[in-house]
Amino acid sequence: MTTAIQNHSSHDHHGPAKGIGRWLYTTNHKDIGTMYLWFSFSMFLLGGAFALVIRAELFQPGLQLVEPEFFNQMTTMHGLIMVFGAVMPAFVGLANWMIPMMIGAPDMALPRMNNLSFWILPFAFAMLASTLFMEGGAPNFGWTFYAPLSTTYAPPSVTFFIFAVHIMGASSIMGAINIIATIFNMRAPGMTYMKMPLFVWTWLITAYLLIAVMPVLAGVVTMMLMDIHFGTSFFNAAGGGSPVLFQHVFWFFGHPEVYIMILPAFGIVSAIIPAFSRKKLFGYVSMVYATGSIAILSFIVWAHHMFTVGMPYAAEVFFMYSTMLIAVPTGVKVFNWVATMFRGSISFETPMLFSIAFVILFTIGGFSGLMLAIAPADFQYHDTYFVVAHFHYVLVPGAVFSIMASVYYWLPKWTGHMYDETLGKTHFWLSFVGVNVTFFPQHFIGLAGMPRRIPDYALQFADFNMISSIGAFLFGFSQLLFLLIVVKCVIAGKKAPAKPWDGAEGLEWTVDSPAPYHTFEKPPKVE
Amino acid sequence: MGRSFQWMMAGMLVVLATSAGADWEMNMTKGVTDISQTVYSLHMIIFGICVVIGVVVFGVMIYSMIAHRKSQGAVAANFHESTWVEVLWTLIPFAILVGMAIPATGALKQIYSKGDPDLTVEIVGYQWKWRYRYLSDDPSTEISFFSNLTTPPEEISNEAPKNTNYLLEVDEPMVLPVNKRVRFVITAADVIHAWWVPELAVKKDAVPGIINEAWTKVNVPGIYRGQCAELCGKDHGFMPIVVDVREQDEFDSWLVAKQDEAKKLAELTSKDWTMAELMERGEQVYGTFCSACHQADGSGVPPAFPPLKASPIALGEINKHIEVVVKGVNGTSMQAFGSQLSEVDMAAVITYERNAWGNNTGDLVSPMDIVNYNAEQ
Ligand code: HEC
Ligand SMILES: [Cu+2]
Repeated sequence: MTTAIQNHSSHDHHGPAKGIGRWLYTTNHKDIGTMYLWFSFSMFLLGGAFALVIRAELFQPGLQLVEPEFFNQMTTMHGLIMVFGAVMPAFVGLANWMIPMMIGAPDMALPRMNNLSFWILPFAFAMLASTLFMEGGAPNFGWTFYAPLSTTYAPPSVTFFIFAVHIMGASSIMGAINIIATIFNMRAPGMTYMKMPLFVWTWLITAYLLIAVMPVLAGVVTMMLMDIHFGTSFFNAAGGGSPVLFQHVFWFFGHPEVYIMILPAFGIVSAIIPAFSRKKLFGYVSMVYATGSIAILSFIVWAHHMFTVGMPYAAEVFFMYSTMLIAVPTGVKVFNWVATMFRGSISFETPMLFSIAFVILFTIGGFSGLMLAIAPADFQYHDTYFVVAHFHYVLVPGAVFSIMASVYYWLPKWTGHMYDETLGKTHFWLSFVGVNVTFFPQHFIGLAGMPRRIPDYALQFADFNMISSIGAFLFGFSQLLFLLIVVKCVIAGKKAPAKPWDGAEGLEWTVDSPAPYHTFEKPPKVE
Repeated sequence: MGRSFQWMMAGMLVVLATSAGADWEMNMTKGVTDISQTVYSLHMIIFGICVVIGVVVFGVMIYSMIAHRKSQGAVAANFHESTWVEVLWTLIPFAILVGMAIPATGALKQIYSKGDPDLTVEIVGYQWKWRYRYLSDDPSTEISFFSNLTTPPEEISNEAPKNTNYLLEVDEPMVLPVNKRVRFVITAADVIHAWWVPELAVKKDAVPGIINEAWTKVNVPGIYRGQCAELCGKDHGFMPIVVDVREQDEFDSWLVAKQDEAKKLAELTSKDWTMAELMERGEQVYGTFCSACHQADGSGVPPAFPPLKASPIALGEINKHIEVVVKGVNGTSMQAFGSQLSEVDMAAVITYERNAWGNNTGDLVSPMDIVNYNAEQ
């Protein structure tokens, strides 16, 4: 606290600039973190709106609201916006806000690049969203954009899509470099690697994954661009290329990508569960090693997305085994969280509720993932709603719940106000019920045989689809309550102390709430 | 929290109870082949193991949430690591996984087993239909046909009540003999599709330029329905698969009838056609294959689909017209119909287009003209 006050008086001239210039030119990690988070939330609402169009059309069999062509644009845009616009930027925003404060650094290592990596994002997504109004419509080939549907048979807007993906990739790579540089160089004295909070560890590993695979994504979209405009035939069978090559390259990016979206979540939950169990995290060291193993394994499992593509027996077996192996380190994590809660002194504030739901529902998603890893059974699951249920369980009550948990956990630090606990809990229960009502029945319709990405379906799938749509609307509209809670907390609320959670640990709780514009200009001592 | 939790549990129970009562389909089919049975039991074993693990893990968690609440005065213990516990819960899951991998590998081996097929059917995915070709050593007995969705548009647009096989019905199903090993060779003509029939537990991607293989041996005669399982564009949801499995003798007579049909078609090709015959047949073909885009009255839907009424191509040089229909127009939704229509149908529809809706060119395009055109290519 004393450090914070000192910082404040000696750096008055360094406070935030006035007006819009503050946000355009800022190099402050807190400002940039805030912008990432708001950007992510607005993309979450946009992607959510697309999801509701999908669920509204699927409320009943028959075509009611949209044409199949537009339906495909909705599934594609929903996926792209949620993955690249909502989940990834949210984690980068959290990293910006929290990593410097957690390791006792005054800011990110490369503040100007930080500004750039945020400010190119709105352009990328404005361009992507504008394709909806172009002749031929927005990309309609699924977020996995398999060639040749996304090349020879794509609408003209595919070129804009490719350019947007390039910009997002550049932004992610810059963000990742920045995070690695910060963690390597700016830790406070005494903050050794094995003392770093797990959120910092998981982000460090995530940043390496990003640097490894975003160029692969850039490569695959560039190959598409060449096929479309420069007469090459990477993915065109008629010219000697192969559509299967596309899938190998895409999933070599795509599988690590799903860990990019979940490792930081592991870090968040590993901070919150101990805080509200008032007990140290169980198995810190094994958590670090488990995260590392998951990251390494993520490079040798990609073809489990392609079991039906026609691979030889040996390849099927290899990818089945390697995928099953991932269950081991993931299991270790879940056991550690449970062991942390065991014989703790648990209370159920909103961040804890979201974290507990994360552990349970993410584990359910893990179970269905294990089932999907079994290649012969995957022949029945692949490309059905069972897969849709699986990845929504790991991404919505997984990644998204962890982000909500972290927002509630750190809002007092960010705004200096306590959020409204009753509203927070209401938001939790609405979201929890909504998510399960939406996605649990999708396991059933998938097993019963409903393919994914279809705008209309056979009659035996009708009942569960209707339930799923009702859940989706409940979940979707509950998020407006989230918006309200956050806005309310930013404007006013009970004054938050420096450390509002009695069980919380970490350097971020040693500075004032709200955190001063500049923190740790003099590095703290970590014993 | 206690309250809302109880409510939620009650809600879940209601959902479970009603779903059980309504007998809603909610699990994988056991299917009608040895492999589909194997896959089903594998699925149930893995599912069962997951449930057991879930009960244990969530059990401990929920126990802690109830017994170790701060509001109940719980005081936190101090332990935060234990090497032997951590080793144990790495090794036990590993052992369980090995236990899962053994039956899974066995099932995979069964699926990949080689054997002499009694029958080979080539499956080709098109936007948005399937073509089945029954391969034979003697090309003159080979048969080939398309399988199209037959659900009426009024049912899809909710103007008519939906029948029980809504979206899962086709004009010509694939017919197979029971208890025979059937080999499928699978590919696609445009984008990637996937041929999937849950009851056979066969799902294989149909990839342009690549020939995939799969096989099945169906134990029970019957009609089995499936769908395309890989996003393939606008009508991905509207290209179902129907497999009609029959006793051997019924299959044989079906095959003979099909071969006769093919022979008749060949005779039709060489026969002399009159204008009236061609126009009549052409109108039918046009209604099935062309009117979705170019409209029944030839007015099209500009700018997406050009009108054929008074179109420069329909009124212009005959060979150019034939070329457009046989080869399609690259990069547009005008497909190459050469591989889809017989010479007779091709001649009929082109004659029709050149003489309907006031396009009175008086040109008669005979099936032999198409044969000659193809020969010149
Ligand atoms: C999926 C929609 C679709 C279907 C079905 C379709 N067409 Fe076309 N057709 C088009 C499009 C689009 C064009 C314009 C191609 C271009 O841009 O040159 C076209 C062009 C044509 C033309 C040239 C017209 C002109 O003036 O340029 C002819 C002739 C034609 N089609 C005949 C047929 C016949 C015969 C059939 C049925 C066997 C058929 N089409 C089915 C979409 C379709
Ligand atoms: Cu298809």
